This record gives sequence, structure tokens and C-alpha cells, in this order.
Amino acid sequence: MKILVCISKTPDTTAKIAFTDNNTKFAPDGVQWIINPYDEWYALVRAIELKEKDASTAIHLVTVGAADAEPIIRKALALGGDEAIRVNADSHDSFYIASQIAEVAKQGGYDLVFTGKETIDYNGSSIGGMVAELLDLPYVSLATKFELNGITATITREIEGGEEVCEVSLPVAVSCQKGMAEARIPNMRGIMAARTKPLKVVEPVAVDALTSVVSFELPPAKAGVKLVSPDTPEELVRLLHEEAKVI
Amino acid sequence: MSVLIFIDQSEGHIKKSSLEALTYGAELAAQLGTSAEAIVLGEVKDDLAALGKQGVKKIHQVNNSALNHLDAQVYTKAIAEAVAATGAKVVVFSHNISGKAIAPRLSAKLKAAMVAGAVGLPNTSNGFVVKKNVFSGKAFANLSLNTDIKIISLNPNSFHITNGDGVAEVAPLSVTVDAPKVKVTAVNKVTGEVPLSEAELVVSAGRGLKGPENWGMIEEMAHLLHAATACSRAVADAGWRPHHEHVGQTGLAIAPNLYIAIGISGAIQHLAGVNRSKVIVVINKDPEAPFFKAADYGIVGDAFEVVPKMNAAIKKLKGIA
Repeated sequence: MKILVCISKTPDTTAKIAFTDNNTKFAPDGVQWIINPYDEWYALVRAIELKEKDASTAIHLVTVGAADAEPIIRKALALGGDEAIRVNADSHDSFYIASQIAEVAKQGGYDLVFTGKETIDYNGSSIGGMVAELLDLPYVSLATKFELNGITATITREIEGGEEVCEVSLPVAVSCQKGMAEARIPNMRGIMAARTKPLKVVEPVAVDALTSVVSFELPPAKAGVKLVSPDTPEELVRLLHEEAKVI
Repeated sequence: MSVLIFIDQSEGHIKKSSLEALTYGAELAAQLGTSAEAIVLGEVKDDLAALGKQGVKKIHQVNNSALNHLDAQVYTKAIAEAVAATGAKVVVFSHNISGKAIAPRLSAKLKAAMVAGAVGLPNTSNGFVVKKNVFSGKAFANLSLNTDIKIISLNPNSFHITNGDGVAEVAPLSVTVDAPKVKVTAVNKVTGEVPLSEAELVVSAGRGLKGPENWGMIEEMAHLLHAATACSRAVADAGWRPHHEHVGQTGLAIAPNLYIAIGISGAIQHLAGVNRSKVIVVINKDPEAPFFKAADYGIVGDAFEVVPKMNAAIKKLKGIA
């Protein structure tokens, strides 16, 4: 069993979001970078759990990023990845990134490709689907549970107002969200072992990006809160009905 | 040269988010000086011709029971053939559960630029630039789509629904329908509740409620308003409420018309999931709670006193009591 887990470097969830260069670039000053939480907490940890059940499982990590992505790759290795591949490219175009991951996946011959449900910076929810299409694999998105029985995966996925259970034969691409696994903290043995685990750097294949960011903007500031006395909550109900017209 | 809108259905019923996508696609077609057509896959119980109200002229239906459940691979192939058959230059999805599975596959298949999570119509004065949600609601990016065919996946609850008097022509469409590889074996729907992702009104509560046994008044308010219930991460992690109710940066991001936050302090991660709500109401006994800075209306007070009084006022408003 070979699992490819796609990981992305994102700003920490508490990071202040600001832009530079005339609002065309994210301002990285003082930002703590983390593994995208969905990639780490759900995709990677579920892969590790599968390896704990079947020791012959190999977990490979892939990220598309510059050398500054290496600390998060080492952390993922410390959690339990066996080896990592960094595609040496810096891009925010989903198709470009997915094409690089698909190239790595083709050469590795994986049974499972795991991604997080989306990154918390670009929120595209796109890489898993694009990689699946480029590899011509079935794709189960927004998975909350994943069980394996031989080559049949039983996957629970979110639907509007509930969930559904589906079965699919490997190989398959899966995007993972809450429910798949519980977040873990790397232990000292894992951190020590991660230092010597293989981290291969490969150059990107030639692919044209399909999109480009013209500019960023911050949401307009709120006008300020209108406070109602706690003694007259019915006044709040009146305002929501007559002024805001939402109820 | 037309705009093709994907109509999403579940158990034969058209999803509300598709009505937004249809309206968006029709307005986009008018902006581009072309016509809006739509495609629906699977067996449908609703009246498709009535979707003309949202401005679409023609609906192509692939009426095949193999398409009743989502298999993104099978859907993508069928839609790609529909794009070729209709000569569509822009394909519109809702950025809902199905859209997130299909749109990126279609983008990769057609090598068509995609914007995931669009919040408005494109600016076509210089190219084709669409505003999208980034950094989990903390910012927007203006994304240029640089290919001939373009794919737009529209954030739910970020576009209005028009209700005109049009009637759409419904025509069967013949495309390849492969046997699904993803076989759905069970569907578990939470019945009687408003799905959170589609809800226009949301009543949410946090640790300030002190324990799961105190949710009765929250559920009552949600019931009175026909709202969905939501919660903070701390509450979901503590097991007080189910995980699917967790809104925030690592939970569900929502954009309802009204978000009422009760006993939630408003950490930046929570705000990221709800700050696209049109009206935010905060009820918290701590006047320093950061949520008040993001709120439109607020009450600094004890939820256990305020909420029952609000419920009584809502009942009066609705003529229930």
C-alpha cells in the first residue's frame, strides 16, 4: 500500500492578513507558517493510522513550494510520513500545482492520494479534484471517514444536511475533513527520525498557469455595533425585523 | 458562445444554491451579450421549466438514473461533452459540495481557468477578472482567468435569486454516461433541520452556554426563525454539539443573511468562518468580547436572561403567542 499525502504551507490561523506591493502580494512579515490544518489533521493523520494497522504501508508526502516549505515538510515527516518530495516551484495557480502533484503521483504509482478539503489561504478546494482528473482516478471529496478492506475503500462523505457512505475500489483520490482523524503532536522520537528521512527535491514540469492574481483586498470595515440594552431584548427583535429586515 | 450553468440536484430536488448559480449565469450571459443554458444530470422530480424564472433559456437534461448520485469522474465527462455540444465559453457551478468535486475536475480536463468561491460577477473591462474569497473570509483576491473557456464556482449565499416569469425549454441531451465507480451504499440525512450551508438564518452558540443541556433555548430560537443551529469549535470539540455544526476557519464557512452568536467570544478563527454574514448579532456578557467589533447589533448581557425574552418577542412577532 502506497499513500501520497499532499501538503501545503499556509499562514497560521491567527496570522494577520495584509498585502504589499500595491496589494498584489501577501505580506509574510511576522507570519508563522504551518501545515495546512486539513492536510495535517485529517489527510496525514488518517494515512498514519492506516500505516499503524498495516506496517507495509508507505506514506509519501508531496508539496509544491520553495525551500522555505522545508520546515513544514520536516514536521509532517516527524508526525509519521516516510519520505517527502518537494517540487521546487512557487505558484498559486491550482492547475499548475495539481499538474506537478499529478506528475509525482504518476511516477510513484500510489494506491491512495489524500488531500485536505481545502487550504485555509486560497480556499479553492480544487487540488484533489484536479489531481484525480489528471490521473483519471475516481474522487471522493469532503470525506469524514475512511476505512479500507483489501482494495475496497468505504468512505463517508458530507452531503447537504447529512452524509452518505460510498464504496470505491483503489486507486482513489480523497479530500479529507473533520471526522477522518484527530490531530496529533509529533513526539521527540518522530522529530529525531524526521531529520534523516529522505526529502527529495525535484524540478517542476513545464505547465502553463491558467489564472493569475491581479490584486488582493481586505473586506470593508464594519460601521460599528449598535448596542441594545439587555433589559429590552424585544427592541433587538424589532430592529432585526424593521431595520435590518432579516427576520 | 454561451454560458452553461450546472444545476445540482439531490434526490430529484434542485438545490437552492443552484438557483443562485442560475441567476448568476443568466446575468453573466446578459453582461457578455450571449444566452444562458443549463445542464442537469440524473432524474429530477422538480419542474425544470420553472427554472426559467432565474433567466435561463434552455435546460439540457441527461435523464439517467446512473447519475442520481455524484461520481465526479462520471459527471465531469458528461459535462465536458455538454460544454462541447453547446459551445459554452463559461461554465458556472455553485461552490457547494458537488461543485467542489466537479468544477476542478472539469478545469483540469478542459485546461480551463477556474475561480473557486467567486463572490460577484466578473469584471470584463480588461480581461476576465473575478473576485473570490481567500484567507478563509479574511480577504478577497481578484483572479484573472486566462483561458478561452472559463469556469466559475460561485460561493453559496453570495448572489441573489431573481424570480422572473420566464419558462425554460427542457431538452434531453445525449452524452456518455460511464458506470459510476463510486457506489453510494447509504444516505443518512438529518431530517427536519435546515442544512447549515444553505441556511439564510443561523443561530449559533458557544461555551458561554455552560453545557449541552442549555441548548433548548437556542434550538427554540432556531425553530421560531426557521434557522439552522451552529456552534463554536470549543463546543464541537467538547462534544456538546455535533461536528457538522462547527463554523469557523477549520469548520464550515457560511454567509447567511443573519448570524446570531450567543456566548461566543469571537476568536479570529471563528470570525473567519462567519464574517461574510450580512447581519451579525452578538449576545455576550463580556463587553470586551472581540465579536462585538465584527457585529452589527449586540446586547451585552446574560444569554440565559436575554435569549428567552428574545424568543418571546419573536413569538409575538410571528403571531405564535
